[in-house]
Amino acid sequence: MQDDHDHDHAHDHDATEAPSEIELRVKALESLLVEKGLVDSAALDELVDTYEHHVGPQNGAHVVAKAWVDPVFREHLLANPGSAIASLGYSGRQGEHIRVLQNTDSVHNLVVCTLCSCYPWPLLGLPPQWYKSAPYRARAVSEPRKVLDEFGTHLGTDISIQVWDSTSEMRYLVLPQRPVNSDNVSEAELQQLVTRNSMIGVETLKVFSDTND
Amino acid sequence: MNGGHDLGGMHGLGAINPESETDEPVFHHPWERRVFALTLATGFLGHWNIDQSRHARERQHPIDYLRNTYYENWLAGLQTLLIDSGLLTEAELKSGFCDKSFPNQEIVLTKKEVKAKLQEGKSVELPIATSPQFVIGQEVMVVNRHPIGHTRAPRYTRGRRGTVIHQHGGHIFPDDHAMGDQTGQHLYTVCFDAAELWGQDNADNEQVYVDLWESYLTSGRTKQ
Repeated sequence: MQDDHDHDHAHDHDATEAPSEIELRVKALESLLVEKGLVDSAALDELVDTYEHHVGPQNGAHVVAKAWVDPVFREHLLANPGSAIASLGYSGRQGEHIRVLQNTDSVHNLVVCTLCSCYPWPLLGLPPQWYKSAPYRARAVSEPRKVLDEFGTHLGTDISIQVWDSTSEMRYLVLPQRPVNSDNVSEAELQQLVTRNSMIGVETLKVFSDTND
Repeated sequence: MNGGHDLGGMHGLGAINPESETDEPVFHHPWERRVFALTLATGFLGHWNIDQSRHARERQHPIDYLRNTYYENWLAGLQTLLIDSGLLTEAELKSGFCDKSFPNQEIVLTKKEVKAKLQEGKSVELPIATSPQFVIGQEVMVVNRHPIGHTRAPRYTRGRRGTVIHQHGGHIFPDDHAMGDQTGQHLYTVCFDAAELWGQDNADNEQVYVDLWESYLTSGRTKQ
């Protein structure tokens, strides 16, 4: 367990490497809980599969792209986010109460959870490691511009930074600004341009170029 | 509680060093998958709620909380919950051997139920009879209180003044919920100027919005 602590970037062990102490400990706990009849291994696999392969930022990207192309949906999304998002089929655990934060030319929104790791699972999946890390949780509220700089997002002081600390069961999704020059891009293509980080608010989306870099 | 989890504004933690969005796996080690799934699956047994679950992680020694990786904290919390709820004994956890003299009557989450259970979620809205004490646009102050139990008023907001910008209606009150009681209170979003929280040197057109329950707040014009 100790050896993980010194890594900022943990990585999977080689198959040839001996299992770590924590790996053995978790295996023992799972066996014990299965033997006690408290968990079903197949249900565990299904839970992992759901968040590893099915629920992820593509859901949020769908919501964002639709809001860009469909003004009626956008209005619905801002006024009644829960029902608008559910109309696209996304709902459930860690997304029961959602608010959508709209970025504009003068306002940039940034989401954090300083006390734990609250995050809109049905729209973005499970949070990335940095979102759950102590430096992000500590600094997003106290020096958001420096935090944004570290993500390569440099915003002038003419743009108001609004940081949302997810202390309740309200979950926040940033609606990023549509990339400049993307007027003729289809909804499906727009969806591909929406990054997870832009929906947390650590990034803005670049100018669209169909030749791409 | 003023634990190792209440990180807003802490110094000395270094750079964020995010992994690239396109390269980062959902889980970084196979055991993290299992800790995640075990936590969710045992949660469905109904012996604890989300605030008890958070509190179990927060109750660790702050040095452990900060030194642990994220899923190590989940594992520590899960072990605490399993023992506190009587689902496992210390001896079982230590030895890894199942004590058959404690048969269980639990209704276990099955693979077939996973999708529906996740989709169902759990609303924390709780209608309450009293009308909200604070109105939108009102100046409020976070009460300077330091409860030893679970709370969701971050330390950096206590004693600070902000403005109510949203009323969310009644939500389950986490401080009681962590003790196993389900009470409701009005929930508000309060907007704080960065300068109010972090001093005048940090007033660069920044605001921090925090969701706060009614008993965390007092009218902004009343001195504590």
